[in-house]
Amino acid sequence: MSSTEVKKIEELANQEYKYGFVTDIESFTLPVGLNEDIIRQLSAIKKEPEFMLEWRLKAYRHWLTMEEPHWSNVKYPAVNYQNLSYYSAPKKKPALNSLNEVDPELRATFEKLGISLEEQMRLSGVAVDAVFDSVSVATTFKEKLGELGIIFSSFSEAVRNHPELVKKYLGSVVPSTDNFYAALNSAVFSDGSFVYIPKGVRCPMELSTYFRINAANTGQFERTLIIADEGGYVSYLEGCTAPMRDENQLHAAVVELVALDNAQIKYSTVQNWYAGDKEGKGGIYNFVTKRGACRGVNSKISWTQVETGSAITWKYPSCILQGDNSIGEFYSVALTNNRQQADTGTKMIHLGKNTKSTIISKGISAGKSQNSYRGLVKIARKAENARNFSQCDSLLIGDKCGAHTFPYLEISNPSAQVEHEATTSKIGEDQLFYLNQRGISTEDAIGLVVNGYCKEVFKELPMEFAVEAQKLLSVSLEGSVG
Amino acid sequence: MSDILEFKNTLISGFAALEKSLNGQSKKAFHSVRKEALTKFEHADFPNIKNEEWRHTNISPILKHTFNPLSDASLLSSADVQKFVFGDAFKYVMVFINGKFHPELSTLDNLPEGLIVKSIAAANEENNTVVEKHLGKYALSDGQIFTALSTAYTFDGAFINVKAGKVIEDSVHILFITDSRNEKLITQPRNLFVAEKNSHASVLEHYVSLQDDVYFTNAVTEVVVEENAFFDHVKLQEESKKAFHISRMEINQKRSSNFTSHAVSLGGIISRNDVNSKFNEDGGECTLNGLFMIEGSQLSDTHTLIDHAKPHCNSHEHYKGILDDSSRGVFNGKVIVRQDAQKTNAFQQNNNILLSTDAVINTKPQLEIFADDVKCSHGATIGQLDEEAMFYLKTRGIGDDIGRGMLLHAFASDVVKSIKLQPVRDYIETILSRKFNQ
Repeated sequence: MSSTEVKKIEELANQEYKYGFVTDIESFTLPVGLNEDIIRQLSAIKKEPEFMLEWRLKAYRHWLTMEEPHWSNVKYPAVNYQNLSYYSAPKKKPALNSLNEVDPELRATFEKLGISLEEQMRLSGVAVDAVFDSVSVATTFKEKLGELGIIFSSFSEAVRNHPELVKKYLGSVVPSTDNFYAALNSAVFSDGSFVYIPKGVRCPMELSTYFRINAANTGQFERTLIIADEGGYVSYLEGCTAPMRDENQLHAAVVELVALDNAQIKYSTVQNWYAGDKEGKGGIYNFVTKRGACRGVNSKISWTQVETGSAITWKYPSCILQGDNSIGEFYSVALTNNRQQADTGTKMIHLGKNTKSTIISKGISAGKSQNSYRGLVKIARKAENARNFSQCDSLLIGDKCGAHTFPYLEISNPSAQVEHEATTSKIGEDQLFYLNQRGISTEDAIGLVVNGYCKEVFKELPMEFAVEAQKLLSVSLEGSVG
Repeated sequence: MSDILEFKNTLISGFAALEKSLNGQSKKAFHSVRKEALTKFEHADFPNIKNEEWRHTNISPILKHTFNPLSDASLLSSADVQKFVFGDAFKYVMVFINGKFHPELSTLDNLPEGLIVKSIAAANEENNTVVEKHLGKYALSDGQIFTALSTAYTFDGAFINVKAGKVIEDSVHILFITDSRNEKLITQPRNLFVAEKNSHASVLEHYVSLQDDVYFTNAVTEVVVEENAFFDHVKLQEESKKAFHISRMEINQKRSSNFTSHAVSLGGIISRNDVNSKFNEDGGECTLNGLFMIEGSQLSDTHTLIDHAKPHCNSHEHYKGILDDSSRGVFNGKVIVRQDAQKTNAFQQNNNILLSTDAVINTKPQLEIFADDVKCSHGATIGQLDEEAMFYLKTRGIGDDIGRGMLLHAFASDVVKSIKLQPVRDYIETILSRKFNQ
């Protein structure tokens, strides 16, 4: 590589985080620390029914008995859970009926993020339940969805308006005792999204939420619950950007999906939180528990994720294939640059007969980053004729990064067919040479090759996201040519 | 808990008796290594299934027994031995009974110049400098309780040293016979193979037993392959179906060396094989192949690690498993490519066939890569026999049973065919035919 190229790369690598800004809105924040009083207070602020408080306290008490897990392939300084504030809400609670009533400053933030609500309403037909630091400030298209019987609201609203649904499904996929972070989330989750698709209804639009971490020092504990009743279909998008911070922020969300007979849920994520500066200072810790249960026959859950941000990404969107003939899919692109670390993958637990799962994971590591795929394919004894195909490829850019794969295959049924493939390589020099020869700069050529490499996953994303994801990938790759 | 204590205490107290039997050897420098290892063994805990490396292998059945570390000399005739050797196929045969070398049963006449074949005990006795240099230097005891135990009890085993530039055409057959006779013996062979510069040699490590006894083999083998040397290793594990077999092989490869290993595991109620190879210099080549065929309630666990510490090395790994009844198989293949190990090629493949509803396979092909200019891949498949192939055979008038046998035979052949030692290959072929083509 020539020295000018190196210079250019350095320039690009030093680019500031595009979405790094802090919106100055007066917020109401609970005092730092975590104890039962804080949880009671939190629950009271949110006007939750008694059962929610009980549930939170139970989770909290269990959390106290748990130890922080350390088995992952990521390194980070210890998090002091008593040093976080567990609730932060914009003080001026905007009315929800019309966008015009939303705080102008808040709306300006969304404009900066490129998710102007009006525009989205008008042009793309996407209903956005924007979560701005834990409180949902605007919910669009609600009425339209309401006509179909679809419930799409913030989690706190759902707790108040549909306690029977929440009670029935909350914690049924990710129990509050599941793991350290899930227990913490169960105790202190502030808000999130709730979706219920009634029997036989196909949700006519892509539902989407933007999570954004704003006030300094508040861990974000989102809780998402999506239920697709018999024959229902929903496609849900989740996208993230976060402002620049020097201190690490913890994000421990829980996402639960439930698909009943013949239902389908498609869950897509584009995650571009602040990854820290190029020395790895700051950045978000993204420790998320995502799990879907294919409860019914012929149900299907599909996870698609594009992970480019966060200092540490540690999550395994999983599928429990309980219903016969159910299908689980996982498509992932995880890109790490500079000192980012990612330990991500999926778990496919086959319990029902004729269940199928597909795993396509594309890891790209550049700079001094570490990228791991960790996955489990488990075929239980009774899961006749289960089928799995896994492919996890890693691409290395530069000689200071690492790519790791930890696939676990645990098979207890002889009729299972399980295939796992993994490759690791760098971008072919001949490919780059060919593109250079055609007058395409090395930087662009790498972007092109990487986008081609990720195509299998991108094609699973909804249209709007696919465009965004490709751009995001190019931005994240800038300055990584090595 | 008390089981474990008893298991441990017998082995700790047995050490004093070993010391006595060592005679002069206990005054040598290596004895301090033994003592140190014993202390490590004393303080270490046995791995349980919470330990990632032992996740699927529960060793508590081993700890329920109390094994006797010291056996009386067993008297076997050459007729007993005869059924385990491959006729005249091997020119050099070393016979170990209950872990002790028996020269009278071995055939080590007319060793060619430059090939040293003797027992570790004898080599230690005469202060062999090669043994002093290498023994215990690669299979370290830290965190490895079974290696610590083996090191503490290092007494006998096979020592093969091929001198620089020597090409040895004939292979050495090392036969470990356990004749436990309800005594619940623990035997701990400790082997060292050193192939010096530009040399070429091949070895068969063979574990058998006379009866279907409960006993415990804890074997540790260290292999050093120096510059441009070529070393071919075959391990044939045919322990009794009630025996426990834990083995570890550490391979240390120098510049442009070539090491090939084939591990065929058939016996043992619980068998665990660790094969770790390390490229210490550029340009090495390493092939690790294996086949395990288990039935009943057998458990076969293979952990391999290929450490690409230096650039320009190639590794190939292919393990196959056939599991019947309620047997359980574990395969964990790890490949590490270190930061400077550019131009690495590492390929790994693991295929398994489950023949019964109760059989379980846990496989984890694992890549850890820190260099960018590499080509690494792994693949794992688990399935049953291809129905289309079965159908094809049926259309040709070949019935289910025979067709199944043919396909299983073909499945195993991939690995078997690459074994270079003709007699061993034929022998395994016979076993396959007997098993699948009844």
